[in-house]
Amino acid sequence: MISKKRLVAVLILLVAVAAFAAVFSYEPLWQKISSFRPWNFGLDLAGGSLLTYEVDLSKVGFADRDSVVSGLRDVIEKRVNLFGVSEPRVFVEKSGESTRLAVELAGIKDIDEAIKEIGATPFLDFREVIAPATGLLEASSTVQFIPTELNGRYVVSAQISFDSVTRQPQVDLTFSSAGAEIFADLTGKNVGKPLAIFLDNQLIEMPTVQQKITGGKAQISGNFTVDTARQLAERFNAGALPAPITLVNQRTVSPDFGKEAFDKAVFAGIVGTLAILLFMIIYYRGLGVFAAFALLMYVALTLAIFKIVPITMTLSGIAGFILSIGMAVDANILVFERTKEELKKGLSHYSAIEEGFRRAWTSIRDSNISTIITATVLYYFTSSFVRGFALTLLIGVLISMFSAITITRTMLRIFIGQDNVKGEKNNQ
Amino acid sequence: MNLIANKNYFLGFSGLMVVAAWALIIIFGLRPGIDLKGGTEWQMSFGKSDVTETAIKEALQKTAGEGSTVSVKSSDDGTFLVRLPSLSEEQRRNYKEELAKEFGEVSEKSYSSIGPAIGSELKNKSIWAVALVMFGISLFIAWAFRKVSEPVKSWKYGIVTLLTLLHDVSIPAGLLAILGHWKGIEIDTNFIVALLVVMGFSVHDTIVVFDRIRENLTLNRGKRFDLGEIINFSVNETMARSINTTLTLVIVLVTLLIFGPASIFFFILTILVGTVFGTYSSIFVASPLLYLWQKK
Repeated sequence: MISKKRLVAVLILLVAVAAFAAVFSYEPLWQKISSFRPWNFGLDLAGGSLLTYEVDLSKVGFADRDSVVSGLRDVIEKRVNLFGVSEPRVFVEKSGESTRLAVELAGIKDIDEAIKEIGATPFLDFREVIAPATGLLEASSTVQFIPTELNGRYVVSAQISFDSVTRQPQVDLTFSSAGAEIFADLTGKNVGKPLAIFLDNQLIEMPTVQQKITGGKAQISGNFTVDTARQLAERFNAGALPAPITLVNQRTVSPDFGKEAFDKAVFAGIVGTLAILLFMIIYYRGLGVFAAFALLMYVALTLAIFKIVPITMTLSGIAGFILSIGMAVDANILVFERTKEELKKGLSHYSAIEEGFRRAWTSIRDSNISTIITATVLYYFTSSFVRGFALTLLIGVLISMFSAITITRTMLRIFIGQDNVKGEKNNQ
Repeated sequence: MNLIANKNYFLGFSGLMVVAAWALIIIFGLRPGIDLKGGTEWQMSFGKSDVTETAIKEALQKTAGEGSTVSVKSSDDGTFLVRLPSLSEEQRRNYKEELAKEFGEVSEKSYSSIGPAIGSELKNKSIWAVALVMFGISLFIAWAFRKVSEPVKSWKYGIVTLLTLLHDVSIPAGLLAILGHWKGIEIDTNFIVALLVVMGFSVHDTIVVFDRIRENLTLNRGKRFDLGEIINFSVNETMARSINTTLTLVIVLVTLLIFGPASIFFFILTILVGTVFGTYSSIFVASPLLYLWQKK
């Protein structure tokens, strides 16, 4: 048997940790102490936008896809940073055949402008031209274009310049060394033939290649005005897209709307928790007080873990946590009911409680495993918004096993006297 | 309470509820939300105060063209919920301009637009998720009870669990079919999540009862006993805890219904209804089914 002194020490430690966890989770208080790890709120609570773009990888070879996607992510991230979003998050979601880029813009004022800016990221590519027979290049309906590897991802810089003869504005592009090589190959292969330049899938010009171009420099001279040429150059410098994207999903929540939902959910959570505490104390009396205390510790510990991981709290995540509060005492109820039965059989208080824990364990374990199955499936089979819920539920279940069993048992072992221990031996 | 003697009433009630639920689902159908079929949901309020649902609808239809599906619903706090087919960013801006022209400044509370491809993908995933949880839990139960296969084979516990899970999700789905028909409530990803959660919870009580049956069967090993009596005894012994564990969950669900944000009302309601019927099925359906099957 574990000595009482050690149990007391364990309990004091647990209470201290839980108290610290409570302070850590309660933001108004924690902010006065440290700015370490503020709460991370999802868009539905903090307000903001989630934009999902479908990435068209059909023209990218399989081997290249990962690097293209990560390059794309960097470009978008750079762009999003330009309009001062506090913490933009850009992540890649793969699902089956399609690849999507999710862009989270928290607390952004002018979402219209943001979408325009991201959408304005240019997608440039060069295509080889197969002319039908002779001449007549301008009749593009009969001309076939063959996509090449050379596109905007190889552009390292761009600037506006003017044609020495016509004084027309044009954009000078400088390719990276890899891009320069491809460009050299491409022009070498096509001397005397035209090469098509597409911007955002629109043909902008089709100059004829005079000679193999090494050195990785190219000009594009569509019908630009000075302004459009300058704008295009700026956009290239901010990053060109290595693959075309289209906006398929958009979700925007205004900050006050999110705040209201948050306040209501938290209030409901507090009322619900108090009601459970009351229920446990009224129904199970003395034992219920311990369960109530363990539940409070559960709330503090779980919140602290959410915060430290950190888990982005969404509305569904908070709902999941509140539900887990309702379930956290289930293990206590199973144990206490079992304890009552053992008491009826004539066991001493102490051994009845020990038996209660021992015998209720299989049901507690099995039912928690079923919840873990549910949470895992939820996590892997749904969109990112549901993940918050799945994760909070999962963490909640795991910690509730600890609080309802370890914490409650430690308290009971200390506070319910072991005076009648003798009875226990006979029963074993 | 004599569960086994009255089993026909309990099972009959459940059977009726499930049949009714499926009848409702087949007759009315479930209305898929925008995240399952694609579309736009747009919540906004206006600078002018005398704005009506029909006026907004007309203004939107002017931009969208006749015959396009536009629905507008006002809510108590002066905001309007507009539903449209999925929009491109450009279309959204056009709509917004048009509305601003007619009704003064538009402030968007929330906006979400989902492409049809993502919608159908999510729908498939949801169906998979429900099936996986259902079979996953049933298989787990069959496995967890493997050590006591006398006289009840452990896979029978699993199958009975599967049946009760079907019961537990059918009834809230039936409820949503009614709500969809009369109130236009749509089922979205949240609804699927609610069903999964219901399955996870409702099986808790089933496990408690089965666990007790298992224990009592082990205690009586080698003796002559009546299975009905043991089941009856076990259910009665565990009744209080089945009800109490559900009660604590019902407490938080009800507080969330009353005080929680409106946007998760039907999510919580689905879980609440599912949980209540889940507990019912754990007590009044699972064990009688086990008995009936074993007696054959």
